[in-house]
Formats: sequence, structure tokens, C-alpha cells
Amino acid sequence: MTDITRRRALGLGAGSLLAAILVGNVRLAGADSSTLTIAFNSNLPSFDGTVGPSAVNPTIQAIYRAVFDQYIGQAPDLSFKPGLLTAWGWNEDKTRVFMEVRSGVTWHDGTPLTPEDVVWSLERAGKPETGNPVSGVWASIGNFTVNGQRIEGEVKSFDPTIFKWMAYLTGYVMPKAYYEKVGAEGFEKKPIGTGPYKVDAYEGNAFLRLKANPDYWGEKPAFETVIFKFVTDATSRVAEIESGSSDVTLEIPFEEFDRLKGKSGLKGVSTPISDIGMIFITNRDVMLDKNVRLAAHHAIDKDGIIKKLLRGYGQAIDTLEAPQYIAYDPSIKVGYDPKKAAALLAASGFSKDKPARFTIQTTRGLKPKDYEMIQAIVGMWRKVGIEAEIEVYEIAKHYELRAGHKLAPAAFYNWGNAIGDPATSTGFSMFSKSPHSAWKSDDLDAKIGPLWTEKDEARRIAGWKAVDAYIAQEGYVIPLLQYVQPIVFKAGLSVTPNVSSALEPGLVSKAKV
Amino acid sequence: MLTAFVTLIGVAIVIFCLLRIVPGDPVAMMISPSATPADIAALRARYGLDLGLFQQFVIWFKAVTAGDFGASISLRRDVVELIGERLPATLELAFAALVFGVLAGGTIAVITTLLRRTPLEAVFEFLNGLFLAVPDFVWALALVLVLGVAFPVLPLSGRLDPASAPAFVTPFYLLESLVRLDFATFSDLVAHMVMPVLALGLPLAAIVARILKESLLEAMGQDYVLLARLKGMSPLRLVLQEALRNAVGPTLTLTGVQFTFMIGGTVIIERIFAYPGLGNMAIDAVINRDLPLIQGIVLIFGALFILINIATDALAVLLDPRQAHG
Repeated sequence: MTDITRRRALGLGAGSLLAAILVGNVRLAGADSSTLTIAFNSNLPSFDGTVGPSAVNPTIQAIYRAVFDQYIGQAPDLSFKPGLLTAWGWNEDKTRVFMEVRSGVTWHDGTPLTPEDVVWSLERAGKPETGNPVSGVWASIGNFTVNGQRIEGEVKSFDPTIFKWMAYLTGYVMPKAYYEKVGAEGFEKKPIGTGPYKVDAYEGNAFLRLKANPDYWGEKPAFETVIFKFVTDATSRVAEIESGSSDVTLEIPFEEFDRLKGKSGLKGVSTPISDIGMIFITNRDVMLDKNVRLAAHHAIDKDGIIKKLLRGYGQAIDTLEAPQYIAYDPSIKVGYDPKKAAALLAASGFSKDKPARFTIQTTRGLKPKDYEMIQAIVGMWRKVGIEAEIEVYEIAKHYELRAGHKLAPAAFYNWGNAIGDPATSTGFSMFSKSPHSAWKSDDLDAKIGPLWTEKDEARRIAGWKAVDAYIAQEGYVIPLLQYVQPIVFKAGLSVTPNVSSALEPGLVSKAKV
Repeated sequence: MLTAFVTLIGVAIVIFCLLRIVPGDPVAMMISPSATPADIAALRARYGLDLGLFQQFVIWFKAVTAGDFGASISLRRDVVELIGERLPATLELAFAALVFGVLAGGTIAVITTLLRRTPLEAVFEFLNGLFLAVPDFVWALALVLVLGVAFPVLPLSGRLDPASAPAFVTPFYLLESLVRLDFATFSDLVAHMVMPVLALGLPLAAIVARILKESLLEAMGQDYVLLARLKGMSPLRLVLQEALRNAVGPTLTLTGVQFTFMIGGTVIIERIFAYPGLGNMAIDAVINRDLPLIQGIVLIFGALFILINIATDALAVLLDPRQAHG
């Protein structure tokens, strides 16, 4: 018989603990097929997708869309489809709106969705005091009446994009009775929606665990459990998918994407998304000279940058409309032409010996190769007679400077537009009254102004195309590229990429053998 | 105690002013594209940012003294409640790293003292130098690659396995799982802590090892140790029973200081390992310019540092009562 000494007992205890830890991990690596684990690139700050800063974070919409439903649904190609509304539109003179609410939908607590929920959500969204960042959009309709499943409302100020917003940021239907019962804090602790997944467990900065909603009105969820791990560090996300700890991840460096998608057991998919890289031009200093603005645009080899810095993952653009957007016009071209750039500069008295000088601001690490792209652009500019000084700033500073119209003459930024409407890309970024614009001039406002309330859709889109052409001709902004989103996943899965960039669990399924 | 209070007020003033001087306006991050100047002014008023700096500080400070740190702008929840949820995770991690650092460093110090003037001493010194030279976040990335990817034996992220995470009553998961005798959850929690603890603890272990070894060598030359050696006491017993007690003082003081640095280090380590502590939340708060939350977190970190220093001083007096008399 062996004597158990204190030292031996301690050793056995430590050994058992280590074994338990390792065994526990074997379970972790071998996740079952009814669970989908996504190594997600953002934390979820709040469950209320209609208020606060997180409501306008495009990345988080993937989670909101799993738990909640939007008034109007959106397919991965940005086209619209019925959501909680089965029909919608204006009357003939566009002074009233109508909406048909889907029947037979239940909230996660089992209570039925009612048209009153929809009305309450719309009215709440339109009140600035609730904290909806785009309350002005929602306030454009009101005075609703309910008749059965049909809602009618008054158009207070005509906004041609109002129904598109119903599939966009803050366009979620919230549970009136439940929210009023539990309040904002109670809702954050135990949120309910009508979406395909119910919230099961949540730990901020760590994970969100969802369970399939068996009563979901739409396509039945493919997984019993969906876990979002909030892994904000890109290196850690690569490790998550490579180690098998997660089934899917996204937004990783393109070098890693190319490496991982070639590995056995993993697959990769990439798609151009509704997010573009651009250089804001502010109407100040040397940028008041049209020749300098146009020269700065013509001097940039966008395709070269995409090929060399982004390994080909990107699509060069010449307007603020990506090819998937409704007002995209492929005939508007600016083109890479360094000789033309040098000639334009010479016409204004600038040359390599006497360069046009200005500051360009950029983030570093916020978007793939953002700083490196600007370095390359500054090098291209130098060759034609532009000497730009790079100033690195945080994105928070960009917002502050932009809102105060204090950006440098050139400032790199990325602009998302998941509904693909020109009003939410060219409009908000170029109209002088928008706090998000950098170039502010009366000539452009005169062209954009009437389009905000244009009721004829064909004329509206044609008008925006004309605005885009005018902007390109005047050089009021430098669109650079449409970003591509890389997604890596286990070979046993199938992932449908989403042009809106939201990696919704509903777009992931088990691959057919 | 008065000094601690004055220090905290100083921290409060500095962080409050600093946050309003550095670029990045939280309101600018929330402005609607269709917002008018009046809308922007209303939003600013909603968060009290329309008032003068002094007025803002007085309102905030009065509320803080009443235990009200305000509401987080980005998380839309009470700051005190949020800190109460996250601080325990950071404390568990930091204390585990401290225990590891002290035990590992102490062991290395004793071994290298015993191995003095042998070839093995150089090997240990080299390793110790390596631990000292490599910063915690580099250790973190190296550990992720080795123990997370190349030999995936440890979980890479989070505080526990999301698939089986149970509901906890308190935010002290480690302690609670032990009290509930839930050893499966306990081992899961420990597994998730191993890599962050190693990343935080290895540099601390190296410092402890270096300082303690110096003190041990000095103590080993004292008369009482020589006497014990002449009496035939074994080298191990000489170190552990005679030299260690007198050598531990300087190491303890230094460990207290290093512990405060290590708590600061949890910010980046928590981020890399997606560990849901105060540091991880602090980074999000800074990105979102969530002023009430940043102020609350910094004040809590400040209070923690002061408490650690007080505890270190008290412990030093306990171990060496002569220090109580200067």
C-alpha cells in the first residue's frame, strides 16, 4: 500500500487540475454541429439597436438582425424584401404612408406582435430625447392610425429614403408593452425581439449566446445555438479560427485570409461591401484651387494601391457610389493620369520644385492598410508636384473636426451605406448642411438641395448621378475604393456574403455534402 | 488616509480636465446626418457638455462623492454597476498573476541562489533576463501562437466557455464556482486564465527573482547565516529558514509597486484575450469617448493603486516591525 504524503497529495491535486483543464479544452475545440461560434470583430455595447452610438455601428447590425426584426428586410445583395411589414408605400401624391404588419409573429416572451408595437417603435424613434441618432429621419412621418394590420400615417416632410431606412440603422421594431414594463435598464438585462434567435446569455466584452427561436415566422434557424465571441483583436481572431475554437471569423488581414483559406479544413469567401475608402476635401487653403483638387485625384493609381497593398481585395471607384448602389454610374471616370495631374498643377503655378502643400489626415489601423495607402498616395502626389504632410489621428478626432468643419484640406475616411441610396452616400457626405460633409459650397448645394424631396424616383436617381458627375468634374472629393470583406469559416459550413457587411447567423448554414 | 483622499481628488481633477482637453467629442460621434445646429446643441445639453468646464466638474464631483458616477454614454447603463460587474474579473486575473509572479519569481531566486557559481546559474539568469526583457503583450501574442494555435490546449479568449457558461450570482466567478463546488466551471475559468496570467505574471516573476536573489545573496553573507552554516545546516534550509525572512522586505515593496503596473497591464492583455474585465471595457470607453465611464474607471484604478500601496506598507510592517518606527 502506498503512503499518501502531503507533498504527494498536493502533486496529485495539481496534476488533476491540469488534466481537468486540458480535458475541458478538448470539449471546447470539438464544438458540436448544432452550435455556431463566430469570432466577431466588435463588442456589443447595447441591445437596443435604436438608440445610442452603437445603433449606428454597421458591424453590430449582424447581431441586432439575429435577435430583432426590421420593419423591412434586406437580402445580401442589398435588395429589399418583406420583414415585419409585408407591404408598404406612399399614396399617389406621397402625402401619406401605409404599412401592412405581418400577422402571426410573436415576441420572444410569447406575446403577439401588434401594429401598435410598430407605431410605438416609429414614434419613439422620431423623438430626439430617446437618443435615436437619426431621429430626424423617423420624425418625417407621424400621426399614425391603425386599422387591423394596416397602419397609415402622415408624411410630415417627404423623405424618399424613409422606407429604405426601415431596413437600415435603427430600423428595428421594439416590444412596446415589454419595454414599458421593464424600462431601458431592464431591457438591456433581458432583451426580447421577434428575430430568429433569442438572447440566452451575455457577457459584455466576452460573448453573446443565442438560442434558436422555434416560433420564428421566417426561415427556421440553422443552428440551435449561436455564439458571438467578441474578439476585437485581429490576431486573436486569426488564432480563434486557426485553432478551431471558432467556426467563422471576419475582417482579418488579407495576408492571413489568403493563408487561411488555403488551409485544410478551412474555406474563405470575400465580397465587395457597402463601405468605401475616400479622401474628404475641405474647401480651404490650396484646395480652393480646382486644378489642385483634380490633380490630386488624377495622380492616384487606385488599382495599383489595391493590388500592391490590399492584395487585390478592393474595387477602385470614382464616385461615392459603389457598383451595387442604385445611383452607380460606370460612365463617370476620373482616371489615373499623372501627366494630366502635372499639367493641371503647372497651370496653377505648381511643380515638383514648387509643390502645392497641404496636410492630409488619416487613421492608422482603423481600416486595412489605411496609413500605408495614404503613404503611397503621398508618394504619388510628390511625383507630380504635391507635397502633403501626413497627420495621424484617432477616428474620434476625425468626427470632432468634421462636425466643426475643421478637417485638414485632405482627410482619409471610410463611408458605409448599407442601403445603397445616393442620399445616404453622396448626400450626407457632400451637402453643406450635413454635419458630416467637408466640402461646403453653394454650387453643390444648389444641385443637391432639390433631390432631398424629389418625389419622382427616376428623376431623383438621375439627379444624383448628375451630382456625382459634377463632383467628379469639380474634384470635390476623392473616392478611392470599395472595401472587400474577408470571411474565413470551417469547411463544413456554407457562408453567404452580405454586401451590407453584416455577418448575420442566418447567412451561415451547414454545407450540403 | 488624508494623503490617499487628496491623491484621489487630484486624480479626479486631472482625468476630468485631460478628457476635455484631448481631441474627440463624444457628441460628434452621435450626430445624425440630418442634424441641425439646434439638434447638436440639444444633444450636447443632454450629456451636460454645454456647461463650462468648472461647472461640469462641480456637478460630476458632487455626484461622485454621493456614489453616483453617472451613466455610460455608449453602454447606457449606470457606471458604478458596470464597474462592479467588471472589476472582479480584473481583480481575479491580477491576483492570480501576482500569486504566479511571486511564487515563480521566488522559486527562481531560491534556485539561482543555490546554484550560484554553477553553469546552471547562467542558464537561469538568461531565462530570467528573457522574461524581464519581453513585455507582457508580446508574451500574450507568443502564448496565443504556441498554446492557442500550434498546440491548441488552452482556450484563446473570454473568461469561460460561452457554450456552457452558467449563470452566476456574483461577479467573482472563480470564488463562486468554488463555493458551489462546481469544479467543471472552476477548471474552465482557470483554463481561460492560464495564458493571460502567464503573460502578466512572467515579467513580474523576473523582477521578483532578480530583486529577491540580490537580497538573498546579501543575507547569505551575514554572520547569523555563516553561523548556521557552521552548525551544518543544509544550503536549502539556510536559504529558506535563515536568509529568506530578512531578504523578503525589499522584494515586497517592489512587488507592491509592480503589482500596480501589472493592473495597468491588464488593459491590453484583456483586450488580446477578449477577457471581460475593466481594462477591456476601458479601451471601448476611450474609443467611444464615453467620458463618464472613462472617469469612473480611472478613479477606480486610482483607488486600487492607493489601496495596494497601503496594503504593501502594512504588510512590510507586519513582516518587519522595525519599519513601524521608521
